[in-house]
This record gives sequence, C-alpha cells and structure tokens, in this order.
Amino acid sequence: MDNPSHRAEQARFDAIIAAEEKIEPRDWMPEKYRRNLVRQISQHAHSEVVGQLPEGNWITRAPTLRRKATLLAKVQDEAGHGLYLYSAAETLGVSREQMVDDLLDGRAKYASIFNYPTLSWADVGAIGWLVDGAAIVNQISLCRTSYGPYARAMVRICKEESFHQRQGYEIMQTLAAGSAEQKAMAQDALNRWWWPTLMMFGPHDAESAHSQQSMQWKIKRQSNDELRQKFVDQTVEQARHIGLEIPDPALRWNEERGHYDFGAIDWDEFQRVLNGNGPCNRQRIGDRRAAHEQGAWVREAMLAHAEKQRRRAAGRAA
Amino acid sequence: MSSAHFRYVLRLGDNALVLGQRLSEWCGHSPFLEEDIAMANTALDHIGRARMLLSHASAIEGKGRDEDALAYLRDEREFGNFLICELPNGDYAFTLVRQYLLDVYHQLLFEALRASADEELAAIAAKAVKEAAYHARRSGDWVLRFGDGTDESQARAQAALDALWSYTGELFTPDAVDDAMQAAGIAPDLAQLGARWRQIVEAHLVAATLNVPPDDWQADGGREGLHTEHMGRLLAEMQFVQRAYPGLDW
Amino acid sequence: MSKQHLPLWEVFVRSRRGLDHKHIGSLHAADAEQALLAARDTYTRRQEGVSIWVVRSSDIHASQFEDEDAFFEPAADKVYRHPTFYDVPEELKL
Repeated sequence: MDNPSHRAEQARFDAIIAAEEKIEPRDWMPEKYRRNLVRQISQHAHSEVVGQLPEGNWITRAPTLRRKATLLAKVQDEAGHGLYLYSAAETLGVSREQMVDDLLDGRAKYASIFNYPTLSWADVGAIGWLVDGAAIVNQISLCRTSYGPYARAMVRICKEESFHQRQGYEIMQTLAAGSAEQKAMAQDALNRWWWPTLMMFGPHDAESAHSQQSMQWKIKRQSNDELRQKFVDQTVEQARHIGLEIPDPALRWNEERGHYDFGAIDWDEFQRVLNGNGPCNRQRIGDRRAAHEQGAWVREAMLAHAEKQRRRAAGRAA
Repeated sequence: MSSAHFRYVLRLGDNALVLGQRLSEWCGHSPFLEEDIAMANTALDHIGRARMLLSHASAIEGKGRDEDALAYLRDEREFGNFLICELPNGDYAFTLVRQYLLDVYHQLLFEALRASADEELAAIAAKAVKEAAYHARRSGDWVLRFGDGTDESQARAQAALDALWSYTGELFTPDAVDDAMQAAGIAPDLAQLGARWRQIVEAHLVAATLNVPPDDWQADGGREGLHTEHMGRLLAEMQFVQRAYPGLDW
Repeated sequence: MSKQHLPLWEVFVRSRRGLDHKHIGSLHAADAEQALLAARDTYTRRQEGVSIWVVRSSDIHASQFEDEDAFFEPAADKVYRHPTFYDVPEELKL
C-alpha cells in the first residue's frame, strides 16, 4: 500500500515514469497504479474476446471464399490480441481465470460497441473500417504506455491490426461501388455504427472517471477527446472518397481549429449500453459463458491427462 | 476422362470447403482462448486448400466457373464431399475425433498425391501435406487427452468415435471416378491407403484407451451428391448472400 | 466458476537461423506438448519463427527490483571493459 515506508520506492517509481522509461512486472509500483492497469488491460482484453462475436456472426456467410478467409484471419487476430492482453495483465498478479470469471459474472466491462448487432454483410466492412480504425488510433497512442508488458502487447497488436482496417474499408469500397442495394447496405451500416464508434473513445475528458490519474501515470498518453477528434478528422475523407455520407448534419470543417466539428454524442445511450442494456449485452455474455461452461470438461480432461502423464513419468524414474 | 478428372478434384475441394465451414463455426466459441486461435488456423488451412482445389477444378472444367461460382452457386446434389465433413460439430470431442480421422486420411492422401500425374494437383498436395501433418499431430494429441483424460472426456470421445466410424468407409471405397483417376495415375490406390490409415488410427485409438468400433453399417452417397439432411442448411447459410443478391461483386 | 488453473508458459521464438530465441509472450497449456502446439498456433502465424521454446513460467527465477542497485550499478564504472577506453594509434585499426 501507499505508506511512508515506501517513500524510496515511490520516488524511484516516479523517476522512472518521469524519464519515460517503462515500469516492469517485478518493479515496485503503487497499488492504485497496479489496480488501474489491471482494470484497463483486462477491459481491453475482454473487448478483444467479446469482439470476436459480432464479426464471427458472418464468417459462415461471407460472400466469397477470399472474404471468408480474411474475415476468419481477422477474427482470429482478435482472439490472439485478447490473449496477449490477458498475458500482460497476468504479469500484475491477476490470473486469467479470475479475469474471465469477472467478465462472465458481469463485474468487468468491455467495449460497448460489441453490444450492437451485425445485421448485414456491410456491418463486417463497417466494423473493420470504423471500429478497428478507432481502436488503432487508441492503440497507437498506447504503444507509449508506461507499463512495459502492456506497451509491448500494444506494439505487437498494432503491427497485426494494420490489415484489419484495410480489410473493412475494402469491403465498404466494393459495396459503395456496387449495385444500389449494396450501396444502401453500406450506408445503412455506416449510419448504425458511426455514433457507437465515436462513443468508443469514452466520455468527454471532463467527465472521465479514470482519465486524469491515468494520464499522470502515463498509462494513457492522449485524452479521450483528442483521440476522438483524430479519428473523426481522418475518417471524414475516407467516407467521402467512396461516396458515403457520415450521418451527422453538424459535421463541418472548422478552419480556426483545424479540425472537424461534429454533433453531440448521445451519452444516455452510451451509459445504457455500458450498464448492460444494449441490444446484445445479454447475448454476448451468454455466448461467452456457454463457451466457457461447455468447455469445462475439456479443460479438466487436459489437466487430468497431463497429471497422469506426470505420474507415469515419475513412476518410471523411481 | 476430363469429366472424371474435374469431378475428382472438385470432390477434394468440397471436402476441404465443407469441413472448413464447419470448423469456422467454432470461432469465438471454443473451450478456451488458445483453442479459438488454433481452431481458426485449422479452418483457414482448409479454406485455403478449398480455394486452390476449386480453382484447379475450374481450370479443368474450362467453363468459366471460378472458385466462388463453384462454392456458392452449386446446389446440394452437385456437391461431392464425404458425408463425415458435413455432420454438425457436436461437442469438442466430436469435432476433434472427426478431425483426427480426416487429418490422418488427408496426410496419407496428399503424401500420395505429390506423385500425381496431374502436376497442379501434385503441387497443391505438396503444400497441403505439411498442413495435414500438423493437423494430425494436433487432433491426435486431443484424441489422446480425451481418451486418457477424465471419465467424462473418455465417454464423450468414445461416443463420438462410435457415431463417426460408420462415416469412414466412404473414404476408402473407390467408385468409378476414383478407379478412372487411379488408372490415369492421378489418384492413389485407395485400398492401400485405407490399410495404412487403419493401422495408424487403430494404434492411436488403443493408446488413447478408446475401443475401435465394429465395422457394421457404413454410410455412403456424399460423392454422388446424396447428402445428409444437415447439408442443405450448411449450404443455405454459406450461400445466403450470393443467392439473395445474385450476380454482384463482393 | 473456474476451479482448476491451466499453467502459464513463457514462449521464446527464434525468428531465423543464426539468431537467439527471444521472449515473445505467454499462454496457458496443460503440458509442454500442448504449450508447443499452442505457441505455434498463436505466435508464429505470420512466419515469426523457425524454432520455439516453451518454459513453465513458474520455472523462471528472476532478479528482483530490490536487487537492481547491487546487481547492476557496479558495472557502470568499469569503462575499461569497453574498447574505447584504450589509447592506441588510430591508423592500425586495432
């Protein structure tokens, strides 16, 4: 805990953070720093894992074999990223099992965006383009986070994610240039995913519960609003390029700020979905719980087999 | 000859496609995260293999039906995959016991096909045999863990094996297409392949403390397009977008 | 809910011949064979490696944060271990 006997360690910790060096697993760290990291990294991991589901919904229906393979590879990456992040969190002394239980029992949060349904093939494109696009903006910033294992996981994830957004944009581009039905499908997907994507960056800086402390500790490197603005600025041109319209009448270039102004986000909806009442919250957690519970005998069997093998080897050695 | 050749390569492609489709259903739903990743790898290998084989079949046919036309625009009766590939995934034991039975088959088949008179097929086999060798190691490992794991896992693996065994006869019973292909030096001798498969599989099942089921009723018909009732639903799902919006690029 | 824990393993990958194995991440598996297969499936999907080591995380013994000064500070003033410490004629390319 943060008590006077740790004054020397605290000074050392502060110096490492100030020098832009990384905190590593066996270093002394303030308990609040550790807890804050566990919360953020595990939420991030849960988001990747739950994030398999909405896109996974279309793997079996992907309209070409090339699309099927690339979508499967992409969703597989999400699982991999979940694994890297759980591993990073585990270096802070929390077990994967504990984190999974927290998710399944509803104690842990994950990105609300995955509580929206994927209703058409265009949603796969919209998720890759917008949701992954937003995630990348956030993750590039997190490559400079102060906790070593988290930063390393982020570097790896950013490297792998570079194809995800292109994959999604390519789908949208194809649809937007296709038949009237296809273009409508793409526009409908953009309409439904745009606002939830902007919510992904979290509440405005003034209302963000953990932001300030996280910035001081350099866990977070850029504020929610900064990152959201960056995303809007880069996405407007991408939409225009394929002739799709961002569903925000207030969206316009602000010469003075050098950024796009955009309309008000519906924070009531954000809170509602975050607190478990989005269209798919129950379904997503239900699916994860079913996978976990139905997999229990599998995990027990592999442990039992490993134990039998260990005993046999010990018996041979004796 | 060329229609048998087309049919032969198409059937290999259908096996890969239908099994890959089944495996991809696990994505996001497997027993733990490492398995989500590993299962997706196996599914991707099968979809990749399907694409190569269907493209090759398309070239043999020469009618301009590309891999997607073959995958998405044929009806059930035109699919020539083995019935075992289309059976629903069941539990994890069912999926992996099936996978093991087919992985060993594919490993032996592609080993032999590397010497096929069809050079393109031989090249595909040279790539596929490496994947199949890894798949067999992985699924074989699971069979061992399930058989020699807990009482529950053993019961599940045995039940899966009992249910699946009747679908393995089809793999090694040559029909007119297989005979023509063997005569042309394109396909291997299935009797020989079957004997080796049996040797390997039986030894492994014994090591996993599983009982080799009796050879009684054997299902048949997949290669001629006479499928199980599950196949129609699998295709309805897989082909939905192409069928609902015909003739478009995606 | 989850009664038994799957052991944690550390994964080291040699990216190509001639290079050392490098720590690349971790994963959960029941035993070494399963850890190897999972490492292959998780960490070499983009041709990252030609060889894999897996080690149970609990088998790794590490120096501690408190050891840092005693272990590593004393090396700081041993400049004579570096070639630039010595004055020799430039042109001889020693």
